[in-house]
Amino acid sequence: MKRLLFFVPLIVLVVLGVYFAFGLQRDPQVLPSALIDQKVPEFDLAAIEGASQGLSNADLMGQVTLVNIFGSWCVACRIEHPFLMELKANNVIPIYGIDWREPNRQAGPAWLKKFGNPYTRIGDDPRSEGAIAFGVTGAPETFIVDKRGVIRHKFAGPITREIWERQLRPVVQKLRSDS
Amino acid sequence: MIRFSAALILALGLLIPFQGAQAVNPDEVLADPALETRARDISQELRCVVCQNQSIDDSDADLARDLRVLVRARLKAGDSDDEVIAYVVSRYGDFVLLRPPVKGATFILWFGPLLIVIVGAIGLFFYFRRAARDANAQKESR
Amino acid sequence: MTAEIGHFALILALVTAVVQGVPTLIGAQRRDALWMALAVPAALLQFLLIALAFAALTKAFVTSDFSVMTVAMNSHTAKPMLYKVAGVWGNHEGSMLLWVLVLSLFGAAIALFGRNLRPSLKVRVLAIQGLLGAGFLTFILFTSNPFARLFPVPIDGQDLNPLLQDPGLAFHPPLLYLGYVGLSTTFSFAVAALIEGRVDPAWARWVRPWTLASWAFLTAGIVLGSWWAYYELGWGGWWFWDPVENASFMPWLAATALLHSAIVSEKRDALKSWTVFLAIIAFAFSLLGTFLVRSGVLTSVHAFASDPTRGVFILALLIVTVGGAFAFYAWRGPALKSSGVFHPISREGGLVLNNFLLTAAAAAVLLGTLYPLILDVLNAGKISVGAPYFDSVFIPMMVPLIIAMGVGPMLNWKRGSLKTATYKLKWAALIAVLSGFGVWLAIDRASALAAFGMTLAAWLLLATLYELADRIHLFRSNPSESLRRLRRQPRARWGMTLAHGGLALLIAGMTASSAWKTEKIEAMAAGDTVTLAAYTLTFKGAEQVRGPNYMATRGTFEVQRGSTGTPFILHPEKRVYDVQGQTTEAAIQPTFLGDIYAVVGDTQDGGKTFVTRLYFNPLVPWMWTGALVMVLGGLISLSDRRHRVGAPVARRQPGSATPAPAE
Repeated sequence: MKRLLFFVPLIVLVVLGVYFAFGLQRDPQVLPSALIDQKVPEFDLAAIEGASQGLSNADLMGQVTLVNIFGSWCVACRIEHPFLMELKANNVIPIYGIDWREPNRQAGPAWLKKFGNPYTRIGDDPRSEGAIAFGVTGAPETFIVDKRGVIRHKFAGPITREIWERQLRPVVQKLRSDS
Repeated sequence: MIRFSAALILALGLLIPFQGAQAVNPDEVLADPALETRARDISQELRCVVCQNQSIDDSDADLARDLRVLVRARLKAGDSDDEVIAYVVSRYGDFVLLRPPVKGATFILWFGPLLIVIVGAIGLFFYFRRAARDANAQKESR
Repeated sequence: MTAEIGHFALILALVTAVVQGVPTLIGAQRRDALWMALAVPAALLQFLLIALAFAALTKAFVTSDFSVMTVAMNSHTAKPMLYKVAGVWGNHEGSMLLWVLVLSLFGAAIALFGRNLRPSLKVRVLAIQGLLGAGFLTFILFTSNPFARLFPVPIDGQDLNPLLQDPGLAFHPPLLYLGYVGLSTTFSFAVAALIEGRVDPAWARWVRPWTLASWAFLTAGIVLGSWWAYYELGWGGWWFWDPVENASFMPWLAATALLHSAIVSEKRDALKSWTVFLAIIAFAFSLLGTFLVRSGVLTSVHAFASDPTRGVFILALLIVTVGGAFAFYAWRGPALKSSGVFHPISREGGLVLNNFLLTAAAAAVLLGTLYPLILDVLNAGKISVGAPYFDSVFIPMMVPLIIAMGVGPMLNWKRGSLKTATYKLKWAALIAVLSGFGVWLAIDRASALAAFGMTLAAWLLLATLYELADRIHLFRSNPSESLRRLRRQPRARWGMTLAHGGLALLIAGMTASSAWKTEKIEAMAAGDTVTLAAYTLTFKGAEQVRGPNYMATRGTFEVQRGSTGTPFILHPEKRVYDVQGQTTEAAIQPTFLGDIYAVVGDTQDGGKTFVTRLYFNPLVPWMWTGALVMVLGGLISLSDRRHRVGAPVARRQPGSATPAPAE
């Protein structure tokens, strides 16, 4: 019995080592959303300059939609932007935008003018109201919202074709086929 | 901010969670000192989700600032402290709490230290009991 | 060319380290004097080679040789010389080089100063040091080569992060590494002793100076880091329970426990297997810290070090070295029988209690630090474990420790009387409680907890001072006799008195600055005045000042205590660096009762008003003083002649009726 006690440190180390080995394969910054299968929290954002309509949670009802958090300051948003434009051009799914924390009122509209506007509606979010409603930690982040305004999926980082085909499109299709 | 602190840690393996923190700004401060104190206390319990284990009260990250403003807005709207915290947790999950809630998954975290102390104390008791016996035996044998 | 010399020296150092580790160990087993004789020269040569490599990297930094990738990524021609030199370890590759430099330095130190060691033990200790060096040199050469070249050569470097361009960078990492890499010595001593199957009082005595040196450096390193954060972060925080901090705090707790348990092993030939365990675990915590910080399991460095081999490599090093040591421990540990006997109520008993509490605290910190990772791996959710958790778990364990710290040194060796000790300490206890109560009444009736903290600090300080007074028979015999006794106190005892007294100051400082800090966050225009604690601060405006590689907004505050105090000036700065980033430089005026801490921030309304943050941080200077006194205690104890004389002191007659003379 007492001899066994001397094995405890070795056992603890090996167990921790296994955890560490698995831990090394994870990114501690990836955060699952607390809002999956929850209704989109209430928010109401004004329109960006030059647009007439803003964005509120009430707009996200009736069809399966993407909600995309972006900003002109966000480098990774530039990377996914062409793909969002493609989705828009092919009428794949309505994309709603939350223009997060622009340095000034003109920056967002100017960015969209330069690169194109894939969004059906955009809410201006200078105080992170929309971003906090969705529990966002960085941009870009994209949420799939179902017909009843319930958040079904979250993706953090730029969407690429591969990610769309593998991760997002199956969810969208499933939600569309559900009545 | 994430990149910033990560770069530093990568650079040095530094002891310090350097994130250049200059938190609360004068324009955020509430006029009502009692409410402001509550806001500060709540802020110290909430993690700045884009930082390295820092509370929103200590962080100068933009998102931390917006969360501080939100906390104050909710307080002004009449929320209790628990309601404010529940509001933030409903959006960010338990991750945002620097004091993890006591529940199944955190049971060992919260009661582990107590368990360590109890097991250690039992071990200590037996060790001391034997030590006392040996000491007394030695004393008598002389 | 310099870089290639450095690189080559590192390769040779690796070869030397293998020579230091492998044939010597076999030689010690076979009692082959020739092979054993390799250990000392190899240890010295390994140090010289790594020092050469380090000098080569330093030269690359000083001369801004941007063909070396590490230099290009982390330096800049316009950077002041101090930060060019300190910048050598301001990055991953360079700091790992510093790591092995310190490791080989300790190896060389054992080779030089370990003359009185039993030869077989000395060879084995050096061999283990050599193997550790071989592991880390391999890590550097294969995953983090500081001498990798860059082509095309950039015109200028990307500069060092401005937050690191601070004198703190020059001192904090080297001291910290001297501390936690220094613990490799206790590890090597423990493993060598396990190989020999022999742990005796002489072994405990030999380990002690190395533990003391590492402990003193580690304490200094941690405190310096804490101080750096305090003045650099701009709001007066000094400890955050960040995983990176915990990584250095756990080895400290283990080293502190080891420092105390080794006393029992040396004096009473008891607690042997426990002391050996602590000697291993202290360095295991250091390695764990290195792993946590370098691999990115806790701190997401994935985005930058997309190369996962570093993490895997260090994990393998951690498992092999610590696992190997623990395997030896499981094999040999049970055979380590203690011969000494002591009653639970005794000095030894107190030290055992100290070890129990310190170890439990270290385990709790470990649990809190790793818990988020473990939950994540189990897919049981993402959580954060922050300061509120650690405060509520760690502090309750420290309370009994501090109470016991007052009583323990008053107990006799072998068998003491709790009654006598508490009777002697009754005044200390009474005054401590009264002063805590006074604080509660006078300062803040809301915070009973803070008042309790002050009570503990007062108790520890008074009990420690009383113990000294008692030992030199102050007031019991005539003053000249007391003075004579005072002079004849062994340095080790002075070390204890200073370390414990320093901790008392530290606790007072920590308690007061957490509980009674006052702050004023304002938007101030020139001429505005703010009252803070007993001081009036007048903002005189801010101007733009050009620094060597930055522009600064430099604020001026005139500060006066009351209406009669001598006014003084504070100049906080906000710096914007030419290449990247900005920093806040707080202006701090320490006074006996606390720091006046001023920060100037961004301008509002086009330069008319500035965001200012003004703090009064009570008793913070006590905190730094206390820590300094603790380090001093460690160093004085280190200079005790007992550590220099070779032969173990003869054991005292067991159960002698007279109280053992103070040691």
